[in-house]
Amino acid sequence: MADHSRTTGTRVGGPGPVRHLLRLVVTTYLFLLVAWPLYLVGRNAFADGFVDLTAILTDPDVTHALRLTVVIAVAAVMINTVFGVGISILLVRYNFPGTRLLNALLDVPLSVSPIVVGLALVLVYGGREGWFGPTLEAAGLQIIFAVPGMVLATVFVALPLVIREVVPVLEELGDDQEQAARSLGANALQTFRRITLPSIKWGVIYGVVLSLARSLGEFGAVKVVSGNVLGQTRTATLVVEEKYLNFDKGGAYATAFLLALVAVASIIVVSALRPKEDR
Amino acid sequence: MTSAVLAPDGPAANRRSARGGLPLTPVSGLGLGVAMLWFSLLVLIPLAAVVVTASQGGWGGLWQTVTNEQTAAAIRLTVGTAALVTLVNIVMGTLIAWVLVRDRFAGKRALEILIDVPFALPTIVAGLVLLSLYGPDSPLGVNVANTRAAVFLAFLFVTLPFIVRTVQPVLAELDPEIEEAAASLGASRLTTFRRIILPSLTPAIAAGAALSFARGISEYGSLVLLSGNLPMRTEVASVRILSSIENDNPDSAAAVAVVLLTISFAVIVVLDLVQRRVVRRG
Amino acid sequence: MSIEIANVGKRFGGFVALDDVSVSIPAGQLTALLGPSGGGKSTLLRIIAGLERADTGRVEIDGVDATSLPPQKRNVGFVFQHYAAFKHLSVRRNVAFGLEIRKRPKADIRNRVDELLALVHLEQFADRLPSQLSGGQRQRMALARALAVEPTVLLLDEPFGALDAKVRKELRDWLRRLHDEVHVTTVFVTHDQEEALEVADEIVVINEGRVEQIGPPDELYDRPANDFVMRFLGPVTQLGGLLVRPHDLQIHAGDGKPAAVPGRITRITRVGFEIRIEVTTNAGQVVAVTLTRNEFLALGLHDRASVHLTVAPDSPTVATTSRPRASASASLAASR
Repeated sequence: MADHSRTTGTRVGGPGPVRHLLRLVVTTYLFLLVAWPLYLVGRNAFADGFVDLTAILTDPDVTHALRLTVVIAVAAVMINTVFGVGISILLVRYNFPGTRLLNALLDVPLSVSPIVVGLALVLVYGGREGWFGPTLEAAGLQIIFAVPGMVLATVFVALPLVIREVVPVLEELGDDQEQAARSLGANALQTFRRITLPSIKWGVIYGVVLSLARSLGEFGAVKVVSGNVLGQTRTATLVVEEKYLNFDKGGAYATAFLLALVAVASIIVVSALRPKEDR
Repeated sequence: MTSAVLAPDGPAANRRSARGGLPLTPVSGLGLGVAMLWFSLLVLIPLAAVVVTASQGGWGGLWQTVTNEQTAAAIRLTVGTAALVTLVNIVMGTLIAWVLVRDRFAGKRALEILIDVPFALPTIVAGLVLLSLYGPDSPLGVNVANTRAAVFLAFLFVTLPFIVRTVQPVLAELDPEIEEAAASLGASRLTTFRRIILPSLTPAIAAGAALSFARGISEYGSLVLLSGNLPMRTEVASVRILSSIENDNPDSAAAVAVVLLTISFAVIVVLDLVQRRVVRRG
Repeated sequence: MSIEIANVGKRFGGFVALDDVSVSIPAGQLTALLGPSGGGKSTLLRIIAGLERADTGRVEIDGVDATSLPPQKRNVGFVFQHYAAFKHLSVRRNVAFGLEIRKRPKADIRNRVDELLALVHLEQFADRLPSQLSGGQRQRMALARALAVEPTVLLLDEPFGALDAKVRKELRDWLRRLHDEVHVTTVFVTHDQEEALEVADEIVVINEGRVEQIGPPDELYDRPANDFVMRFLGPVTQLGGLLVRPHDLQIHAGDGKPAAVPGRITRITRVGFEIRIEVTTNAGQVVAVTLTRNEFLALGLHDRASVHLTVAPDSPTVATTSRPRASASASLAASR
């Protein structure tokens, strides 16, 4: 997310003592809530050196889960990127009835419990009693308790992220350059490829990185729709739960460490790229 | 008009912006159609299925499900804790945003990254992360595992970024000259904050609070390992829904889900109204 | 390469931007669309470019009906007020854009772009990004970009509006000279009457969605069709029931001719070479008169002196009652 810090010169939050107190309170709070616990996960993962990490990386069930996680996340991100960029352009550049309602609906996935997401998908695509599920299964397409359902669940939870990044960039950009391109003879596709896309590139990249982090880490919704079958539909986050509950804390911490590493790396990438683009 | 000369100069200022967007072309119309079909299949129809399933047993059935002793306790715990956490976030989130915008010190960049960690970290990992400092092996000697404090802690962790990230940009845009003007008029720092800064931040705080609350009541992953999901004690609504699904009872799962959805929409609507009101007055 | 606009109307919601406008813009000339902000002139330009669709009426460019052609098929060059520079492309790539879209051979593009960069004096900035240019340079780049595709007509929307006064004046002269070299039919929108009078061959005065008058600058200045055009093209003052330009009033010391209006000087202000005198007539009307410094000295005028006012022979005047009150007050509002 954004690095919104703006240097406001010497005008800071108050006279010396108050400022230092606030700084101390905030730093302590974040240290206790995030930094220290995060550090401990890393330390626990390496409590026995590289033993735990090696163990999970050589366990075929775990490596299968990791691969599956990546495949699902990449598929979900691709879908959300195409959908997100498309719907953002429609929302910002075009005028049609219901724009406001659609705008509000697109944020819905942010406030729906992952378990409810899973439930909702099962109710519609479940093979036994779902609205569409039995028909689809008769046609040979199993969704729930299979990879397509897991992709759907992941797409659902990460849906607004690309849109939330791209819409403000498009609004900020305005349509002057696009109109100029049209007046110079470019058709809609050429205008998009040569002018719009390069201009919103960074917004799309942030959206993709954040969606990727979110997709790799989805747990609740995937848990409901996956069936959690070892070696088939188990993802990395489900491995963490399973290892921990089976008293393989080392394995749980090692897998968690890998996931945390990706998450933290994503944030660092985004925060390192963004300020350059902001100015 | 005191001057007899009517000087003809037409300033380009306040040019009316005439365009509100292009009308749909056949291609963009088709694009919108495809997007809406996908969005309906993925989000709208499934959520409608939840509502329809919940209403199948009629109001009586719905009421019976949610007033079941264990379910009601879970909903109370979830809503209560989410509200409490949102209150804490209103204070701490605003404070953090303030420090990030107005203070400068080494390591501020690191704090920026820490704020976003809960957003990107898988929730199951978040649970494990908190467990390592506040669980049985706590180096601090604080063990909240399997207590209601664990639920509070988990909510606090996952909702951390929301208010900070909505307040921060607004605060950054706030002109420091306004504060200086207030100070020059004799207002103390506290008065300046209360009378000048806080009102401008209220819409952002309300928006962040809505997100924070909605995220709180829908939380599941971070609690799995941390709270023990003890019925009547630490079990939250999402866990109730999951156990109904696992017990092959989609009707009562849907009933609880509808309650959750209703509460979070109600909160979003109320806070949206708060935002608008403040904006209109300001 | 002429442009024919017939009965064009355009509304935005309840707001009438253009009301049955018909204009024919002659080939090869530099035409100004002049009027107050919000009067509809930019909308008309955008309709010619195809960036806006007219609700009613027809647009013909070079004899071809363009009413429903999309902008990319009209072969017009459009220069935007805020340049609309492609920020991610170098100056060279900006200018080359239209040619690349038309898939011209690489070598041709190169030559044409070099030629144009020389024309707008930006050769040494070819590899810079727009953000590294000044406002005036960006506007020249935008002009080169629009000219690159050899447009049938060149359209400029308040081309110098965002620039400071000095650069604006330079670019104005430069546009006139450029047009004399290139001779492409050019239409530009401006709210600045001085800009229009100085640069244009032909001026179309547009107000409240309607055309008030069309003609060469001299004709508009010397024979304004109504009080709006009169007021919009230069300072005016009122003498009795007549609108007249302050420099077209003659002032006579002492008792004068029978047709003259008697009054008394109530204020004298000197602005450089110009002397502005306020005369309050015996009827109580406050009239503005401007004189050059030499005229003023020759007359030996002083404050509180009794004088007589006459309108210089052959000066343009318009009766103030020639238009309904509503429009007159609208033009006042526009001139604020």
